[in-house]
Amino acid sequence: MKLTELVQKLNLSVRSAKECLDREITGGYASDLLSDVLANGEEGNVWITLQLHQNIIGVASMKDLAGIILVNGREPEPETVEKAEAENIPVMVSELPTFELVGRLYKLGVGGTVE
Amino acid sequence: MAPEKKISKIQELIYEIRVSEVMKKDVFTVSPRTHMSVLRVILKENRFSGAPVIDKGKLVGIISIEDFIKWLAGREDDCPIGEKMTKDVRTLYSDEPLTNAISKFDQHGFGRLIVIDRQSEKLQGILTKGDIVEGLLKKLEVDYDNEETRRLRIQHFFEDISADKTVLLFQYDVIGHDFKKAGECSSRLKATLKRLGLHPQITRRVSIATYEAEMNLIIYTDGGHIRVRVEPHEILVRVEDSGPGIPDIEKALQPGYSTAPEWVRELGFGAGMGLDNIRKCASKMDLRSTVGKGTRLGIYVSVNDGAGSETN
Repeated sequence: MKLTELVQKLNLSVRSAKECLDREITGGYASDLLSDVLANGEEGNVWITLQLHQNIIGVASMKDLAGIILVNGREPEPETVEKAEAENIPVMVSELPTFELVGRLYKLGVGGTVE
Repeated sequence: MAPEKKISKIQELIYEIRVSEVMKKDVFTVSPRTHMSVLRVILKENRFSGAPVIDKGKLVGIISIEDFIKWLAGREDDCPIGEKMTKDVRTLYSDEPLTNAISKFDQHGFGRLIVIDRQSEKLQGILTKGDIVEGLLKKLEVDYDNEETRRLRIQHFFEDISADKTVLLFQYDVIGHDFKKAGECSSRLKATLKRLGLHPQITRRVSIATYEAEMNLIIYTDGGHIRVRVEPHEILVRVEDSGPGIPDIEKALQPGYSTAPEWVRELGFGAGMGLDNIRKCASKMDLRSTVGKGTRLGIYVSVNDGAGSETN
């Protein structure tokens, strides 16, 4: 599934890198610990978090994640948006809390990575 | 460099490109026995400004629109082309370089030159100044395209270096407690390694390990240096700071053990996973620390076990 479809079906608001939404996603990862995402996220994953500061972009970029979805309608900090634009990382906002959002993602066929 | 000393690409090309490569091969020819009244129709219908005159396969002359106008102005009777054509034809051999053609155009002021084969002297084509310009532009376009693809291609930098031992060193300076710039060094390193054409998996492992080390410098120290030593077979990232040092390395290496302050944890850092992540990404890691003096961390990533993922 592509990010564009997620944006449409989950009613996400895109806050950065609109031109990078054409990317195919490989699955999802939900965590608010940056090191955890660095260790366990997979390339092409969409990351669900409540962290808003600009370091999330660094993590997403290091791991070549497809994009970040912020939960509970939390808006990214201006520096985060700026950095996301520079690194071509789409940051999206959902009104749903993490548990709800992940449930909807699974319904759409976006799974996690369980070995 | 003085401009007159510089050999331009065009100058190079006009010696390199042969007439046969840019000439028009489809040439409309006429026979010397064709009548001028017929030529009038040919020139008008095809918008030619001239045509080579061929007899029995051999070039015998050229008839141009100027010759035709002269004939019209003279109000002479209809006659074969052979009587009105220019017999002294300047020709070029098809294997001559463009520079010869250019100097012939300059010398004689002709609009076109007939191209013949050096051995058989048979007509091969016709060449105008426009053909030369077009040919040069095409060649430049091809060169430009090649250059562009070359730049886009991941550069196998090391493969281009000829030496018994190749080592590249990069240094990044990390400022302590500066969360705004956090991750910048590893981000720059990642871009650099990508540029070197290293395997994406290797690049990712090195950058993730460096990111964690960089975060440690920012969270716990007043700053330090990250020195990256890139060799074809191995990448070594050395991270150095001057304090405060780690009292119990064994403990620090345990996943989940952290001494990070609450506000750092709120940002999603300081979960006690950093060193463990580094260890997972590294082929070999060594950590030395003296309380009050500082910490030295060496992260070795071997290029050969590159296929392994950073999560394995």
